[in-house]
Amino acid sequence: MAEAVFQQIQQLIDGNPVMLFMKGDKLFPQCGFSARVVKILSHMGVEFETADVLASAELRQGIKDFSQWPTVPQLYVKGEFLGGCDIVTDMFQSGELESLFDEKQIARKVA
Amino acid sequence: MTELKERAHRMTACLEEALKPELLQLRDDSKRHARHAGRQGIEGDETHFTLTIVSTQFSGLSPVARHRMVNALLAKEFESGMHSLSLTLTAPGEK
Repeated sequence: MAEAVFQQIQQLIDGNPVMLFMKGDKLFPQCGFSARVVKILSHMGVEFETADVLASAELRQGIKDFSQWPTVPQLYVKGEFLGGCDIVTDMFQSGELESLFDEKQIARKVA
Repeated sequence: MTELKERAHRMTACLEEALKPELLQLRDDSKRHARHAGRQGIEGDETHFTLTIVSTQFSGLSPVARHRMVNALLAKEFESGMHSLSLTLTAPGEK
């Protein structure tokens, strides 16, 4: 059971250069912290995929176990765990997030 | 300063003991999140906190490593209904 959800998570991370595990979706985030990360990524013009942990109890627990990180949202970039809302926000404000996307060659639409 | 409840007391004691912080501020934000989605089935309050710590224990560690250290110290709280913890973790002299 846990193995199946881990596989599902690994596939999402492998298949999407910028993968956000969140509560709700891009249009209707169900938590202020998830909403903030969506806003930052959208603002930066990054293409990203999301998975709604509220849609599946297995995924909700599974992503916490997989990352060994007790909270959601969780952001993965090119397979690497970046952090949750606090870390993403700090990295955005310091400019580190922009550098990281450039370094990892993540395409961005400039508005 | 508002009155600290049971979980907040436990968290503060545990973090003081382990991190010997120069600064530790814990704020209970639970009331602001009382009705949102994802709270179904969570008993009681004391679910959402904001925590600021300055400690030498964080020196030389990445942000993810700092968060992991604090999350590990508070693992029991996450297992028993704490839902969200917003962290600002710095070493003395940073920022």
